[in-house]
Amino acid sequence: MIEVTNVSKWYQQFQVLDDCSLTIRKGEVIVICGPSGSGKSTLIKCMNGLEPFQKGEIKVDGVSVGAKGTNLPRLRSRIGMVFQNFELFPHMTVRRNIALPQVKILGRTRDEADARAVKLLERMGLPAQADKFPAQLSGGQQQRVAIARALAMDPVAMLFDEPTSALDPEMINEVLDVMVALAQDGMTMAVVTHEMGFARRVADRVVFMDQGMIVEDATKEAFFGTPRSERAQLFLSKILQH
Amino acid sequence: MNYSWDWGLLFRSPHIDWLIEGFRNTVVMAVLAWFIAMSLGSLIGVMRTLDNPVAKRVGTIYVEIFRNIPLLAQLFLWYYVIPELLPAAAQKFVKRDMADPQFWTSVVGLGCYTAARVAEQVRSGIQSIPRGQRAAALAMGFSTAQVYRYVLLPIGFRTVIPSLTNDFLGVFKNSSLALTLGVMELTAAARQIEEYTFHSFEPFAAATVLYSCVTLLVITLMRVIERRTRIAGSVGSGR
Ligand SMILES: Nc1ncnc2c1ncn2[C@@H]1O[C@H](COP(=O)(O)OP(=O)(O)O)[C@@H](O)[C@H]1O
Ligand SMILES: [Mg+2]
Repeated sequence: MIEVTNVSKWYQQFQVLDDCSLTIRKGEVIVICGPSGSGKSTLIKCMNGLEPFQKGEIKVDGVSVGAKGTNLPRLRSRIGMVFQNFELFPHMTVRRNIALPQVKILGRTRDEADARAVKLLERMGLPAQADKFPAQLSGGQQQRVAIARALAMDPVAMLFDEPTSALDPEMINEVLDVMVALAQDGMTMAVVTHEMGFARRVADRVVFMDQGMIVEDATKEAFFGTPRSERAQLFLSKILQH
Repeated sequence: MNYSWDWGLLFRSPHIDWLIEGFRNTVVMAVLAWFIAMSLGSLIGVMRTLDNPVAKRVGTIYVEIFRNIPLLAQLFLWYYVIPELLPAAAQKFVKRDMADPQFWTSVVGLGCYTAARVAEQVRSGIQSIPRGQRAAALAMGFSTAQVYRYVLLPIGFRTVIPSLTNDFLGVFKNSSLALTLGVMELTAAARQIEEYTFHSFEPFAAATVLYSCVTLLVITLMRVIERRTRIAGSVGSGR
């Protein structure tokens, strides 16, 4: 579904991604972890063309992200993305946040889009929030709305960039539960997170990044058993302490 | 002071007609110039926030030029210099056939000058939006134009409504400079009454009252608009 082949990226002199290769098959859930600044966000932003890269190739469902003629908006509309800071549009109600992209990008009618929004909000456990504005919701609720907004586009894959890092501890689980359900429904997912409980439950593979390199790409059994690299071991021991 | 007040002269013909015409010209000029300023200014402001270096550069040059030349000099340039630089056919139109050239020159001059200010407001409004909003909108699959149309401009404009109100009041007051080109606007009307009647207090008092009324009206209206468009749950919305 998503094939990353020998991708390198620089900010001027500074190399953010160093020869990264990664394959995510249909229905697979991979968790990407690693220290802050290791290039995790950059890597998944390259997958939907939010960040350009200088070397290598990324293909989504057979379409090359970096190629000149690629219709990026169209490609992006088929990949859902969820951000650390939710990024709901603050001037729209929850319903409109979910409905507007369906109408303007997919060409659905307003009624179809609204119906879809209501259904997804129910699935996210937020049936009563449709007419509120984002700032009137808690962080956990906002993030679930953001997930609903992405799902409304019927994406072939979902990218998550630290979806629970900005949440108060008591709200983390309500978001993780939704993501687990999504994984169990067979969604193709790439999740940047340090929630190793989530990785244990639903990840097929765990990818460890450090200094722009993919240091480890292993099944979760292998990763949590004995990671091969010392850096991954060190990282794991640190984050599993709390 | 030995001054014989005569407020009645304001309401005698032709003085009242001059005042009405002057007031009408001032308001119409300000509204038309504002229309130019908002359309052109939004475009220029947006250009300055694009990734495209050429668009950015053009926007910056526009703002620097129109903000740094005094408005009066700009009006003279538009009226006396620019027509000379036009091709022959256009020159003939501007100098001979165009109705009311002083009025239209003032509108264009005021509009282009104020556009530079509006552009700066729009740019700062857009740049005050966290970068994640643009990324999220792009990630949904919106085109760049749609990102501006549905996300960046609606949020950006809301944050700069107070400064835009000031710019509108600016264009309204600056329209008095059109009298230097011979446009019969409110200040010119007051001056003309003074010249005919040797009464200066009454006509200028009338002009002041009219300017103030419009200013108050605009401020009140913009407060209502600001309240109506305020985002629920955001800082200062009281919820
Ligand atoms: N726009 C940018 N310009 C320069 N350096 C950047 C930019 N964005 C990110 N970086 C750098 O790239 C590195 C990787 O960033 P990021 O992908 O956000 O890491 P992570 O998500 O793993 O914490 C960091 O060292 C960061 O400082
Ligand atoms: Mg990150």
